[in-house]
Amino acid sequence: MNAPILEMKNITKEFPGVKALSNVSFQVAQGEIHCLVGENGAGKSTLMKILSGVYSHGNYTGDILFNGQVQNFFGISDSEKAGIAIIYQELALVPEMTVYENIFLGNEVRNGFLVDWNETVKKAGEMLKKVKLDINPALKVRELGVGKQQLVEIAKALSKNVKLLILDEPTSSLNETDSENLLKLLRDLKEQGVTCIMISHKLKEVIKIADTVTVLRDGETICTLRADEISENMLIKHMVGREINNIYPKREKTVSQEIVLEVKNWSATNPSLGRTILKDINFNLKKGEIVGLAGLIGSGRTELALSIFGNPDEYQLSGDLYVKGKKQHFAHPRDAINAGVAYVTEDRKGDGLILIQDVKQNISLANLRQIADRGVVNNNAEVKVANEYKSSLNIKTPSVEQLVSNLSGGNQQKVALGKWLFVSPEILILDEPTRGIDVGAKYEIYTIMTDLVKQGMSIIMISSELSEILGMSDRVYIVASGKIAGEMATAEATQEKIMRLATN
Amino acid sequence: MNFFNTARKVLQQNIREYGMYIALFVIMAIFTVTTKGTFISSRNIVNLVNQTGYIAVLAVGMTLVIVIRHIDLSVGFLGGFLGAVAAIAMSQWNLPAYLAVPLTLALGILAGTIIAFLVAQMKIPAFVATLAGWLIYRGAILVVTESTGTIVISDPTFNAIGNGFIPDIPGLTILPGIHKLTLIFGVLAIIFLVFSEINSRKKKQAYNFEVLPTEMFIIKLVFMSALIGGITWLLAGYQGLSWTAVVVLVVTIIYHFITTQTVLGRHIYAVGGNPEAAELSGINVKRITYIVFGSMGMLAGLSGILFASRLQSATTTAGGLWELDAIAAAFIGGVSPAGGIGKVAGSIIGALVMLSLTSGMNLMGIGISYQYIARGAVLAAAVIFDVKTRGKG
Repeated sequence: MNAPILEMKNITKEFPGVKALSNVSFQVAQGEIHCLVGENGAGKSTLMKILSGVYSHGNYTGDILFNGQVQNFFGISDSEKAGIAIIYQELALVPEMTVYENIFLGNEVRNGFLVDWNETVKKAGEMLKKVKLDINPALKVRELGVGKQQLVEIAKALSKNVKLLILDEPTSSLNETDSENLLKLLRDLKEQGVTCIMISHKLKEVIKIADTVTVLRDGETICTLRADEISENMLIKHMVGREINNIYPKREKTVSQEIVLEVKNWSATNPSLGRTILKDINFNLKKGEIVGLAGLIGSGRTELALSIFGNPDEYQLSGDLYVKGKKQHFAHPRDAINAGVAYVTEDRKGDGLILIQDVKQNISLANLRQIADRGVVNNNAEVKVANEYKSSLNIKTPSVEQLVSNLSGGNQQKVALGKWLFVSPEILILDEPTRGIDVGAKYEIYTIMTDLVKQGMSIIMISSELSEILGMSDRVYIVASGKIAGEMATAEATQEKIMRLATN
Repeated sequence: MNFFNTARKVLQQNIREYGMYIALFVIMAIFTVTTKGTFISSRNIVNLVNQTGYIAVLAVGMTLVIVIRHIDLSVGFLGGFLGAVAAIAMSQWNLPAYLAVPLTLALGILAGTIIAFLVAQMKIPAFVATLAGWLIYRGAILVVTESTGTIVISDPTFNAIGNGFIPDIPGLTILPGIHKLTLIFGVLAIIFLVFSEINSRKKKQAYNFEVLPTEMFIIKLVFMSALIGGITWLLAGYQGLSWTAVVVLVVTIIYHFITTQTVLGRHIYAVGGNPEAAELSGINVKRITYIVFGSMGMLAGLSGILFASRLQSATTTAGGLWELDAIAAAFIGGVSPAGGIGKVAGSIIGALVMLSLTSGMNLMGIGISYQYIARGAVLAAAVIFDVKTRGKG
């Protein structure tokens, strides 16, 4: 093992009422890829925020040694100066600017007082070559897919002479090909001497790429393992503190013959983009069934869900929608909710939850009339309802008056789920229900889904994780380029079959 | 020692909520000293409340507009214009006040609806749509007052809104010179406050939510009761509660109730907190936009009525800068420029802070030029304070 480039010693960080990190020690050797794993709320992000100076020196106790020197960072600019760069799950690029402008944003190539644009473009080209991205640097960032945007972020970090690169869930929004490319790039960067810390929930990926893995649990370091010692089961055991034998709960046969939702010749055009986004879609959902919608990101799965759920983006629609045998035209999500359809969004922070409000307000939001008398909200009933979901969904929060922004990803997802269960839907559409949440919380969500279909609910699950699709659904539709590219019973499906149709 | 530590902790945790009350208190104390007591005299306080009225009702409406992430620049001149319409309705069309007032409010709602149409349906940014409104209503005031100049209002009922006081209980001889009915209202308000606070504390305790420590809770109750009691005593010492104060109180109570207790209120804050999530939760964001701008228009009408009634006339200059005073009051009162956060009661306090500054500096004989500078500094300080204490509350 090489000499450590980074040592974090006895780090303790408290938030009002919560000890996020207690006495965490963490060591990264020069030139390795070090993965940091743990359930949501284990303290990974907090630790990285301390390292990158987001929580400035003095707001925590303990020492950071980087390159053998004690460091006191008071902001991101300090840590960047020292050679540490962090890339978050939510990318920090300016979509309306070009790739080269983004790469040198805040670090402009100067010629006296002026920006030297020719030199900027030339250097941007070199950086893009380093990350193996073959695009015109004059493209605007919004024209790139998420995978390429991520590479631009890495190029931006490299332009600052980064020695330690931190990636927070880099592959969570990437499809399998892009993920592969990214991992390959990390290995190349390692050869070039860049040390890398990666936070990830995808354990297969971790095993594939890591030299060393550190497991955090409940704000403490549990263990640090070398690459040749790790297995998926072992990591899970350390992460949750118990052994999980099955990643997916046992499913009983709950599917009946009754069709609760059917879509026929369904097409949609997005008027603002002026192009067809869904074409001739036919599919159905039976009572008590979990139907998986597989496909690549951007294939039109979310658009399909939105077009059914009251069409809030105002697409031009054609085709027929039948809910419980009745033909329906939903003009607003409210109509869909009233007809018994609920939609848990893909992006819980963006359009799922109201982060500045508390747990109870979020849970009651879609069904306030249920707990109101002539328009006046009954606050006691609201607390009661929220507490019921808090215990039945096992939402970890000190009280239902806690702001949702203070909860971890998995608990936020449970709040979103609680909100939609409170409208007592018969058809539940889940869009990426386990994105960015940890193994333990995933299992809980799967168990909830299993219970719901047992009670007669029907679920459409949109997911980019093929193992999840195969593990949970009864039937799979594969969506590609706005069309249904195939349908199969899960028993006959394999990851390869689905991938072949999805990439058609 | 222990007591002071708790006090400090409570103050630190709730600094956002209490900050503006403390600021108002400090400003009033300073002016009381610098004017050798004139500022805190009954007469001045009554005047202060009456002067604040037309800005206060605008600030209430503006709070909701900013909460749903919009802005309304048109309401100042809209208020001025609608005040002129009310004046014309009474002096030229010979309508009685009880018809002219609802007509004015209805026109206000219509004007707000037009803005909402531009914002919600045509997707024009509120800043631009209401800037257009600002120009249009400014012109409209000039159009209606061009031929006559100032329109004098002679309807006594209408003029009482801005100048009159509630009647006292006839026949009572105790406490001469003191307005008894005002005192009774004050006492009732204190009793109501104490009971509702104790009640809500009990409920919170039943759910194991965090509440203030007992001694702090008692101090808070005593402080608030003393505040209401003091103001009531001051008002009662002059001519009692003015009709303007009654109007502002009623508006504040209704809006406070709507925003904190009703489904509509929840929907408004949800739209402000995250419009996309609100829409997907089945809330009709367009409908909320119509309601909020409609209410803003109505309150602009009310503001115009209060102002015209106070001057007993409609003038060509009515409405200038009202909207900016209302926006400033809302920000001083803790409304978040990013939307989703802000209380109606806070904005009323904000309006009182702004008008206390004006009134106090007038009494001290400070020129208008320095008054603007001082008010600007206070606004900046209030927002800095708000940003710095965010997330600690």
